[in-house]
Amino acid sequence: MEPILQIQHLTHTYGVGTPFQRSAVEDMSFDVRDGEFLGVIGHTGSGKSTLIQHLNGLLRPTSGRVLLRGKDIWAEPKKIRDVRFQVGLVFQYPEYQLFEETVYKDIAFGPTNQGLTGAELDRRVREAARLVGVRDDQLDKSPFELSGGQKRRVALAGVMAMEPEVLVLDEPTAGLDPAGRENLMANIRDYHRNKKRTIILVSHSMDEIARNVDRILVLKSGHVLLQGTPAEVFARAEELLSAGLDVPQVTRVARALRERGLAIDPAVYTVEALERELTALREGGASC
Amino acid sequence: MLKDITLGQYFPGDTLAHKLDPRTKILLVVFYIVALFCAKSLLAYGILALVLAVCVRISKVGLKSLVRGLKPVVFILIFTGVLNLFFTPGGHTLVQWGVVRISAEGLRNAVFMVLRIMLLIMGTFLMTYTTSPISLTDGLERLLNGLKKLHVPVHELAMIMSIALRFIPTLIEETDKIMSAQKARGADFESGNVIQKARALIPILVPLFVSAIRRAEELAVAMECRCYHGGEGRTKLHVLKYEGRDLIALTLGVLITAGIIALRQFTV
Ligand SMILES: Nc1ncnc2c1ncn2[C@@H]1O[C@H](COP(=O)(O)OP(=O)(O)OP(=O)(O)O)[C@@H](O)[C@H]1O
Ligand SMILES: [Mg+2]
Repeated sequence: MEPILQIQHLTHTYGVGTPFQRSAVEDMSFDVRDGEFLGVIGHTGSGKSTLIQHLNGLLRPTSGRVLLRGKDIWAEPKKIRDVRFQVGLVFQYPEYQLFEETVYKDIAFGPTNQGLTGAELDRRVREAARLVGVRDDQLDKSPFELSGGQKRRVALAGVMAMEPEVLVLDEPTAGLDPAGRENLMANIRDYHRNKKRTIILVSHSMDEIARNVDRILVLKSGHVLLQGTPAEVFARAEELLSAGLDVPQVTRVARALRERGLAIDPAVYTVEALERELTALREGGASC
Repeated sequence: MLKDITLGQYFPGDTLAHKLDPRTKILLVVFYIVALFCAKSLLAYGILALVLAVCVRISKVGLKSLVRGLKPVVFILIFTGVLNLFFTPGGHTLVQWGVVRISAEGLRNAVFMVLRIMLLIMGTFLMTYTTSPISLTDGLERLLNGLKKLHVPVHELAMIMSIALRFIPTLIEETDKIMSAQKARGADFESGNVIQKARALIPILVPLFVSAIRRAEELAVAMECRCYHGGEGRTKLHVLKYEGRDLIALTLGVLITAGIIALRQFTV
């Protein structure tokens, strides 16, 4: 099947012609498959936010191309707004984008810009609110009365309500408490399962990525360092560690056990998989 | 477009231009402006342009960034130029075309006026490019210290200025971020008539004000937590001191300005 997004030799240089000139993304190429849950991970400053702003045409590549369903998104610069409805982007700390009098109106901002009205608009807003766990009675409140975590959910709903084919989330859980984090991730997983839409999740947390995504893209100083399924990526823990990145805690435990001589697959990244490995080991051990 | 606003921007460096005392640089800019307004001949303008070129060279600030600072005033430049070119009365007529008439005097005025504004802006920007906002306001406060006796709130004014300068880039960055976030939700700032365009600003202005007010509150709390109570009895971490290089620079500045004024006597 044709990939939904193709990134080809993408380079972005900030501040061309000033003393601050620097390339945040350099010659990056990868595909995003239709319907997958892709995780993007990388150190602070590795170019994650810069990269994803190219996917919906907020930034224009210095060189290289971004193809959406095989078509260069900048082929017709006048139609870039349509691309933004198809690739929904939720920024890092999106709370600041709220501006309407009520939560309802704020969530409706995107779909209204799409030209929706009436029953369809109402359905979109209520469904998005439900997906992120915003209660009905909160819809008539002012977004400025909500707590930080609730604002985050409203901002997320504002983009989900546009029903984009690809939903890009830049560190959606940053700054939330552990329970709020897990809760929000569960909402995002539900969205992925129910809507079967492509999701790109940028995160700092290996554990969060490991638990949720189908495929991982690891960035290092503007380049793609690794890509593959979580098992493939975590099997190359050395490279991750040398890039200053972490591996999931379970993987760390597995690696430590292996160093002590236990024959455990060092690439396990979920508690269940580790449990299976350990049980198998015990049964194997009992038999001899 | 927002990226073109370079006001209050500072390019860190380690050149002579960066190391000069901020008071020296402020005084030099004042001298330069005086000289610009006294310049009457092509020779004088030539000297002043050369002086700026030398300073730019010393500061290692790219000429490109300096020219970029002119972008927001291009309209004013063109307007001034055209106005002077066509509407200077009297003088020797160069071209006559119906009612439109260009005189030698007009051409001269237009060229000088445009040159004057360009040099003035570039000279001032060179100072802000090579002086951090903190030391700039520090220098200004020290220069105006004498006015305190006249009950001019010099310290408070300097503090207001340094806070404003400090937050210009932050607010620009924030505006950029908010614009991007709203564009991602399909906001359209380009099309439509005037009223639609004004309405399109609401999604930017509301979050911008909210965050500016929040920042102001946070800053006030942070300042109070550190017992800020105005300038009374406040000492400085970095005490400004004139060095030999400041003396030389100031002497040169005075000499050049005096020279430009003297040149007025010799030219028509
Ligand atoms: N608007 C900008 N102007 C100039 N440089 C920028 C700009 N935005 C980002 N950069 C630079 O580009 C590089 C990559 O930044 P980016 O925001 O893409 O990193 P990131 O991977 O998202 O980091 P983080 O995890 O901290 O969010 C950084 O070195 C940053 O300083
Ligand atoms: Mg980022």
